[in-house]
Amino acid sequence: MILGAALAGLALLAAALSWFWTPFDVTQMAIADKLQGPTVVHWFGTDHFGRDILSMVMVGARTSIAVALVAVGIGMGIGVPLGLIAASHRGRWLDEVIMRGNDLIFAFPSLVSAILFAAVFGPSALNAIIAIGIFNIPVFARVTRAAALPIWTLDYIRAAEVAGKGTTLISLQHVLPNITNLLIVQGTIQFSLGILAEAGLSYVGLGAQPPTPSWGRMLAEAQTMVTLAPHVAIIPGLCIVLTVLGLNLLGDGLRDMLDPRLKAMR
Amino acid sequence: MIQTRSLSVRIGDQPIVDRVDLDLPLGTITGLVGESGSGKSMTALAIIGLLPHHAMASGQVLLDGHDILPLPESLRCRLRGKRIGMIFQEPMTALNPLMTIGDQVAETLLIHSGIDRAEALAQARDQLNRVGLPAPRFPLDLYPHQLSGGQRQRVAIALAIALRPDLLIADEPTTALDVTTQAQILDLLHKLVRDEGMAMLLITHDLAVVAGHADQVAVMQAGKIVETGPTEAVFRTQKHAYTRQLFAASRHVPSLIRSDDPQPLMQAHNVVREYSLPHGGDILRAVDGVSLTIHRGESLGLVGESGSGKSTLTRALLGLDPLQGGQITLDGRPVTAGRSMPRDLRARMQVVFQDPFGSFNPRWRVDRLIAEPFHLTGYPPDWRNRVAAALEQVELRPDDARKYIHEFSGGQRQRIAIARALITRPQLIVLDEAVSALDVRVRAQVLNLLTDLRKTHGMAYLFISHDLSVVRGISERVLVMKSGRIVEDGPPEQVMDAPRDPYTRQLVAATPRIPADWFPDPA
Repeated sequence: MILGAALAGLALLAAALSWFWTPFDVTQMAIADKLQGPTVVHWFGTDHFGRDILSMVMVGARTSIAVALVAVGIGMGIGVPLGLIAASHRGRWLDEVIMRGNDLIFAFPSLVSAILFAAVFGPSALNAIIAIGIFNIPVFARVTRAAALPIWTLDYIRAAEVAGKGTTLISLQHVLPNITNLLIVQGTIQFSLGILAEAGLSYVGLGAQPPTPSWGRMLAEAQTMVTLAPHVAIIPGLCIVLTVLGLNLLGDGLRDMLDPRLKAMR
Repeated sequence: MIQTRSLSVRIGDQPIVDRVDLDLPLGTITGLVGESGSGKSMTALAIIGLLPHHAMASGQVLLDGHDILPLPESLRCRLRGKRIGMIFQEPMTALNPLMTIGDQVAETLLIHSGIDRAEALAQARDQLNRVGLPAPRFPLDLYPHQLSGGQRQRVAIALAIALRPDLLIADEPTTALDVTTQAQILDLLHKLVRDEGMAMLLITHDLAVVAGHADQVAVMQAGKIVETGPTEAVFRTQKHAYTRQLFAASRHVPSLIRSDDPQPLMQAHNVVREYSLPHGGDILRAVDGVSLTIHRGESLGLVGESGSGKSTLTRALLGLDPLQGGQITLDGRPVTAGRSMPRDLRARMQVVFQDPFGSFNPRWRVDRLIAEPFHLTGYPPDWRNRVAAALEQVELRPDDARKYIHEFSGGQRQRIAIARALITRPQLIVLDEAVSALDVRVRAQVLNLLTDLRKTHGMAYLFISHDLSVVRGISERVLVMKSGRIVEDGPPEQVMDAPRDPYTRQLVAATPRIPADWFPDPA
């Protein structure tokens, strides 16, 4: 949990810092200094254009996190209300329509469809966000509905009905606050998946376009030189792995912390 | 014969069971009574060796004179099931839903007695016959979901007694069951103990159950046995103060106030409530032409077992579900489902539910919880004062308003639920099993409170319960419901002492009671 928070925090910090300061300009090439290993000047070395890898990784964190964050936002913003509506109409036709629509989106392999999406509408960070976001919607809708259903059977919902509240008000006031834990945990997990998805899209050249650095594209460009200068590939690779690991650990930790039943067991 | 000597259980620094000495001779039933949290179940788990792993047991558990407490887990496994059997409270979760009942009973036999499967199944058949699930109607290849709660509890009993253990521990074996089923299960257990000559430890919070079945009784309070002896002697003398409190509370009947206003408040006429079953589309008529009248300020009891339709009727009366026939009026105006019912009319009735833990949104503070019904009337400017006043009326402190619900005990939560029901000053409060989950002493306090509130506020109660003895104390008139119909209607004395309907007679006969002459001084 602490390790996870530290790793995720580090990635966030690097991204935030990159707005104000990076060791070198990421667009500035210095062919003379190309493919240097880690030195005092270039901590993580340089790539085949002589660009500073540390700077690129920092700016790349910004891209990855922004894409993943907005994608999770889209998923939550649309998925959670859908899930709440489905749960409040449990067993009736609207529930059925929403959940079968979900299944429809679920049925497409998400990354492949995102590639299709980017190929049709042109590769860009924005399209990557939209594609990843759309595939987050059914995940959140389903988690929300599953968590909300048992809440609807509780007596405090009956009490609210007796107090004349409609389904919308009950969903917002009683159901949503009691499932936020779960949504936060699912959010961190989807966030890490979003980073992976963005890296994957960029890797095949359908994410953020040059010259904006991105972890996935750094990896793709370094691929041909992996025997020559392995650090150029290893460093963005490690960034992806550690950030995803950190977010997953954070998600697990949050779940343990927020779930009183798990807390009691320890 | 099993004995415990100075048996103690602690979790961390917290003593849960404190130096308990019990003798459980063969062929006798020992009742272990106490309130929730008194350590009854922990004592049982320590005897059978199934304590949660953070709990530490000390002292001795003697089986035929040998201490089995220090034995390693592998040896204790061999005793469990074979020498000591156990049945639990919840029959719905005590069986594996994916195994047939025959396999489940045979499993214990296979593990312990090294016979082959065919032989084990044959023996399982015998065991199921013995617990009243005979061959043609209850084949071995039934799954638990095909059985009712009482039948499942019978399977659990067959499992526990399959190897003829010396001791059978029954932890609240009938608490989750209906009154008539409870009586059958208790009779079965009683007969098995007598026939097999095994010892039984019957754990219950219900003194009447103990009075009817136990040979000796041990009263437990805060981890200690405060009084023990032959059942009748303990009940007659009640040496310990705590025993006396328990007994007084279990017989507690608040002084009944009579309402004499014959004006009808709520009237239901030929109410029909149906819903289609999930698979196959069959239609279940849960409420079948019920007519009833609640008068102003009247306290009306509604008794029925699970499946009688009383919960469905309650939802209809509260205007939560649409009717398929008939009509309900409150104050002469129709009660309809959802938003079509005017808010001011809805504000005239409120409800208190059974479960003190599920009745409140855990993320809201008490003041917001209690004030929720103001949604119907609009929040008055002094709503915080109204909340404080309501808290005082239910004998809580006004500054409890800023706390969260988890800071309160079960009894306090029911008081908060009553405060929430009072806040709009309704004319009718529906009490849906409102005291069923409470310990006897807390139950007595809440019943007193309800009586006092009716005296000061003059509202009507509809008191719904599966337990005739609880309803009797607080109601002026009792309705008995069965299979969606009202089968009996009359004052409680008449319903209890001279029931007209055969079902009511059955219900009354099944209700466990402490013989009246066992009490030292009739209060």
